Amino acid sequence: MKWFWYASPQTFYPLAGRIARWCAPAAALLAAAGLYIGFFVAPTDAQQGEAYRIIFIHVPAAWMSMFIYVVMAFWSALCLALNTRLSGMMAAALAPTGALFTFIALWTGALWGKPTWGTYWVWDARLTSELILLFLYLGFIALRAAIDDPRRADRAAALLAIVGVVNVPIIYYSVQWWNTLHQGASVSLTRAPSMAATMLSGMLVMALAFWMYSIAASMLRVRAIIRERA
Amino acid sequence: MSEFLNMGGYAWYVWGSYGVTFLCLVVEITVLLKREAKT
Repeated sequence: MKWFWYASPQTFYPLAGRIARWCAPAAALLAAAGLYIGFFVAPTDAQQGEAYRIIFIHVPAAWMSMFIYVVMAFWSALCLALNTRLSGMMAAALAPTGALFTFIALWTGALWGKPTWGTYWVWDARLTSELILLFLYLGFIALRAAIDDPRRADRAAALLAIVGVVNVPIIYYSVQWWNTLHQGASVSLTRAPSMAATMLSGMLVMALAFWMYSIAASMLRVRAIIRERA
Repeated sequence: MSEFLNMGGYAWYVWGSYGVTFLCLVVEITVLLKREAKT
């Protein structure tokens, strides 16, 4: 890979278009497969009945919300360290999609909490730190919008993104560090998943779909940013 | 069919989740495609 060749917005522009054209249909196909598994293959849960089917969007959306933030902070760090133009644009292109998935994770979590915990919302560690993540995304977007010079806006917002990345491990470990209503991780790299294989596969296919969607959306957005700044 | 839509009594929670998620994605795609057409 010619990394520095693609570090220029003008040379990255056509590549971003090609990536978006591949990822968008992949996202649609994976979502269709994931929804089929989620609604027609995965069995009814013994304890939660059909309410558990929210898992197929809730968990992938929550994963994306945290992962996109880490990627955004990575580009922000490059923006401050190397002062490359594309890194700031990439961070800016990721923020709205990240905020969207954070909102989806919170919304579906609320609608899942009501039938299982008896409440839409509770101020416990997992929920509160995820809400802070939403505010960090919105703060990042608002700060960029508030500064007229795009290069200065990139650098100011990059600093906020880097400081805020400390919240991501707090979200992830909140269920271990504090007593919380939220259950622990059902899927982890170190032990066997504590759920039926069809439920797990539906969730992973939906996670892949959200991945492809996020890549396509951020590539389309970075193209728009490149065009608008040219 | 109506049994499927009823989701074992959890229709509001399940379809409320899927509906709002779908709506969010449609809005983002629409905004992106409009931006694509404009510039």
